[in-house]
Amino acid sequence: MPRPLVSPMAPPASFLWVRRIFLTLLTVFALAPVFVMISSSLKPLQDVQGPFRWIPSEVTLRPYIDIWSTVPLWDYFVNSTIVSLCATVFSVVIAIFAAYAVSRYRFRGRRVFTMTVLATQMLPGILFLLPLFLIFVNIGDATGIALHGTRGGLILTYLTFSLPFSIWMLVGYFDSIPRELDEAAAMDGCGPLRTLLQIIVPAAVPGIIAVSVYAFMTAWGEVLFASVLTNDTTRTLAIGLKGYATQYDVYWNQVMAASLVVSVPVVAGFLLLQRYLVTGLTAGAVK
Amino acid sequence: MLPRLRRAALPYLLLLPALVLELLIHLVPMVVGIVMSFRQLTQFFIRNWSAAPWTGFGNYRVAVDFSAPIGKSLLNSFWVTCSFTLLAVGFSWLLGTAAAIFMQESFWGRGVLRAVFLIPYALPVYAAVITWSFMFQRDTGLINHVLGDELHLVGEKPFWLIGDNSFAALTVVAVWKTWPFAFLTLMAGLQNIPRDLYEAAAMDGASVWQQIRQITMPALRPVNQVLLLVLFLWTFNDFNTPYILFGASAPEAADLISIHIYQASFVTWNFGSGSAMSVLLLLFLLLVTAVYLVLTSRWRDADA
Repeated sequence: MPRPLVSPMAPPASFLWVRRIFLTLLTVFALAPVFVMISSSLKPLQDVQGPFRWIPSEVTLRPYIDIWSTVPLWDYFVNSTIVSLCATVFSVVIAIFAAYAVSRYRFRGRRVFTMTVLATQMLPGILFLLPLFLIFVNIGDATGIALHGTRGGLILTYLTFSLPFSIWMLVGYFDSIPRELDEAAAMDGCGPLRTLLQIIVPAAVPGIIAVSVYAFMTAWGEVLFASVLTNDTTRTLAIGLKGYATQYDVYWNQVMAASLVVSVPVVAGFLLLQRYLVTGLTAGAVK
Repeated sequence: MLPRLRRAALPYLLLLPALVLELLIHLVPMVVGIVMSFRQLTQFFIRNWSAAPWTGFGNYRVAVDFSAPIGKSLLNSFWVTCSFTLLAVGFSWLLGTAAAIFMQESFWGRGVLRAVFLIPYALPVYAAVITWSFMFQRDTGLINHVLGDELHLVGEKPFWLIGDNSFAALTVVAVWKTWPFAFLTLMAGLQNIPRDLYEAAAMDGASVWQQIRQITMPALRPVNQVLLLVLFLWTFNDFNTPYILFGASAPEAADLISIHIYQASFVTWNFGSGSAMSVLLLLFLLLVTAVYLVLTSRWRDADA
């Protein structure tokens, strides 16, 4: 059937104009900081020390060279990368096992487990920051396992931050995989673990990707616990970027260049994989 | 007998790593925090906190004694946080809803626009908020340049990051950072509304605005129930935005509760009183959540 030129659903002009104006303003709002970040990172220092200017007096890449020597940015980068990658891998693997149990088994405590896990994510971080700090310090004193001020402690902490949402999202995904596949695998003599690894995991790849992106972003952007649980050698980017402000001066062009450099990996990853994230969210959220 | 036992134990084994970590990082610290709130825990006892003397409800009495400075500033921080949360969640929800509805129909450039709108959500929070703090600088920032030099709306360039204006600055940044999440969630919710509903309504002569009011909004209600609660809890507990915007000591007008407790704990090293305030915060959030869930579920049942 040929589509009519003007469908009965075509919205009226007033709607289109409101939409156009609203979406334009919203785009300006959303992108204003991105514009400031990019343009200021290409300005010489005197441009960012005077009144704001839209166009740099000269375009320079100098800030992108200076950022690496003003503060040990590379060390922060390495710390953030190690911590975020480890937290992501552990969190996703642990979430896969937990989600499989919740999705495929009916056991005592199943509801309590899912509710408790979700509830922990809603608690104020400040509530367990102080005790966690004390626990880490005291574990170190008692057993010699250093958790305070080390990457290990931070990895352990961060992976639990993304765990609840990851489990929840993966349960939604696993539930949508037909049980007949499990049963067929069981007929062929697969145990539960092989079923998980050979049937469920391959079928849930989009969900696993979405969860990984989420876990990485969570760890890469965390500030509160990083400010207390790291020291000079394990400092992450979240805290390290403050280093561009000295007692007398803030090198805003370098701050903007550094902000851009630390944003590019996550924003690029997010935009490339956003399709999975949206479908993953749909599977989990709209039930 | 044995294989059967193993089968029954399997789900628990699969859950074990998640369970242990949740216990270690969330639940045990919570219990420890509650115990700490009944002790006089100052810097002398950090390495041996079980030696700190008990004070009963002493820390709580100090925290809620609103005539003394500590209680007074806590109360101020509480009201600031309440109004901040109300405004930030309200505007974020409004922008997210409007954007999701306007982008329900596909049009040219919709995919690009969606990616653009998700950028504030994808940017690491410290990079984004540092940029906002540069924009809010009095003499070198974009905001004052636009308001003062180009639109001539303000005579004397105002300070944004100190004094009373800091509340407005904080709210703007929080809305900027939060609304894309509302947008993303509501977009997902809109995908589940059957198209025939709109077609039938259009046949009956309902305008676009009527369709939004009578089909879209009611269909989004279950999503909104969860979304608003999540936004409320995240915003009320927000630490990152004020911490990066103002540093560890926020101006009084923007002294959010998390920052306030952080300050009370790590600057004075009085963990006992900080814990008592955290426990009070937790009780308040539990109460609000319970009341909210009871009320919204009742309305849902009444509608059904």
